[in-house]
Amino acid sequence: MAKIDKHFFDLGYMDTLASQQTPIHRLDPRAKLITTLVFITMVVSFGKYEISALIPFFIYPVFLCAVGNVPPVYLLKKLILVSPFAVMIGIFNPLLDREILVRLGDMGVSGGWISFASILLRFVLTVGVALILIAVTGFYAVCAALEKLGTPSVFVVQLMFLYRYLFVLVGEASRLVRARSLRAIGNGGSGIKTYGSLVGHLLLRTMDRAQRIYLAMCCRGFDGKIRMLKPLKFGLPEIGFVCGWLGFFIAIRFYNIPALLGGAVTELFK
Amino acid sequence: MHMADALISPAVGGTMWAASAGIIGYCSKKIRQDSDDQKIPLMAVLGAFIFAAQMINFTIPGTGSSGHIGGGMILAILLGPYAAFLTMASVLAIQALFFADGGLLALGCNIFNLGFFPCFIAYPWIFKPIAGQRPAEKRLVAAAIIAAVFALQLGAFSVVAQTVASGVSALPFDTFVLVMQPIHLAIGLVEGLATTVVVAFVWKARPEILDAVTEPKSAGSLSLRKPLIGLLVAAVLTGGVLSWFASTHPDGLEWSISKTAGTEELAAPQQGLHASMDKVQQKTALLPDYGFKSEAAQAPQEGDNRGTVVDASKTVSGLVGGSLTLLMAGLIGWVFKRRKKRIEP
Repeated sequence: MAKIDKHFFDLGYMDTLASQQTPIHRLDPRAKLITTLVFITMVVSFGKYEISALIPFFIYPVFLCAVGNVPPVYLLKKLILVSPFAVMIGIFNPLLDREILVRLGDMGVSGGWISFASILLRFVLTVGVALILIAVTGFYAVCAALEKLGTPSVFVVQLMFLYRYLFVLVGEASRLVRARSLRAIGNGGSGIKTYGSLVGHLLLRTMDRAQRIYLAMCCRGFDGKIRMLKPLKFGLPEIGFVCGWLGFFIAIRFYNIPALLGGAVTELFK
Repeated sequence: MHMADALISPAVGGTMWAASAGIIGYCSKKIRQDSDDQKIPLMAVLGAFIFAAQMINFTIPGTGSSGHIGGGMILAILLGPYAAFLTMASVLAIQALFFADGGLLALGCNIFNLGFFPCFIAYPWIFKPIAGQRPAEKRLVAAAIIAAVFALQLGAFSVVAQTVASGVSALPFDTFVLVMQPIHLAIGLVEGLATTVVVAFVWKARPEILDAVTEPKSAGSLSLRKPLIGLLVAAVLTGGVLSWFASTHPDGLEWSISKTAGTEELAAPQQGLHASMDKVQQKTALLPDYGFKSEAAQAPQEGDNRGTVVDASKTVSGLVGGSLTLLMAGLIGWVFKRRKKRIEP
């Protein structure tokens, strides 16, 4: 129960974050979308034993969080909530790959632990920037960017509509579940029979709702297209943002800054 | 069973993106051709329904755990394959963006695994033949369960194939398959059951809804040829381009070479194109093998020299440099962060 409400409220919070006014929020959504996609591709393109070269990539999400005023603790909580699959598959690496690759004094670290750490880093980076993208752009703006970048408009309309009605139906489902748990003692009423009619009714109501929405839309002149009020503009700030970050990504992709830096510092203390 | 960004390589992710994008384009075209405006709000609201329905659970007798509806199969039954695929893709996109299920690069994989198999394989080849036209309840139930199980088995197998092809996880193919398939057989049965009771309820309460889809004409003539050819072309193109980029790293390919040939890389000619390409590769490989997986560590000799071949000072410098960079990233954040007020949830 609490979990449902939590999810619901979470979606709303992302929208609150997206409606802020910061230099990052003001950028054209296309610039942020392209940069984020390049970022993710760069991060996953490293070899499986890479750790140190991935670290400079944290600068991009940290920068977006800081300038875009996204609370990092909230993001971390969300990341931990959804990590099971990556962690579950990754945890086999230390078990299967036991070859010692690195020695720190007497302690040997196996390749499996290194690649597991690498998987976790990738997970935080890639999923983190996707969440930040929504928090600094907003879902409708991302959809508009997708359409401008050539996504079929049927699909874009579908995404926007789905997001709009998500709140309505999630609210309805959580009321259903609450009603069921209020009437049931212990596990009663949670069997498959009740489930069938519960979800079935929700489905029928949903389909009737779709019909009403369609009629209402027809009355307002719907022709299969959704028009955005805010025009998109790809100007100098956007070009600067994209080029600057792409340049930075390429630099840290091909030069391992932490290794160079660490080498220089340890050299100093020798 | 959402695939995660952290486990895939750009070649696999890119290929699956291209495949899914191709199918989305194809389905969009199909729907526009049908010019059935009424389907647009129906698709969207049913997508939202999938989210909502996943929040309602039922207890599985005797196990103490609970199950819920999956999505792909019931959408295919209610909407037909094209609209169902688009709806599933949009559901997965929102899951990736808001709930961080999977990730943006893995979205292509997820759309393919959870959308393509139920809509374009299980629905036309299993559900429809078993259910037939105007089915009785029992046939409908059997068709839905079998199709849901089958779709999920294919999806799970696809997850395994994508993970192994990416080479980030150390799990070998056979072990992974042996784990994934039975687990997803159980999940598939539960999902199939959930799908079935909902479909059976609708069938009893409002049979005309299902009639509309089980009638032969509305599903249209389903031709798999075009999407499959498009898929193949997209896969070859992106696979070819991206794997050049990816193969500069000691991952799947080199690993399999080392298994079969005993050395990490096959001996290459020392002169000419090969040598110069090798130089380029050394550069782009970014500290090739970065002090971790060195050739000597991979060599078959066992014993004391194993593990000690790695220079300890290099490890220390890596740790020092890594922490310094992290510190700097934090500093950058702090500098930009000051003077900002907190947004309360």
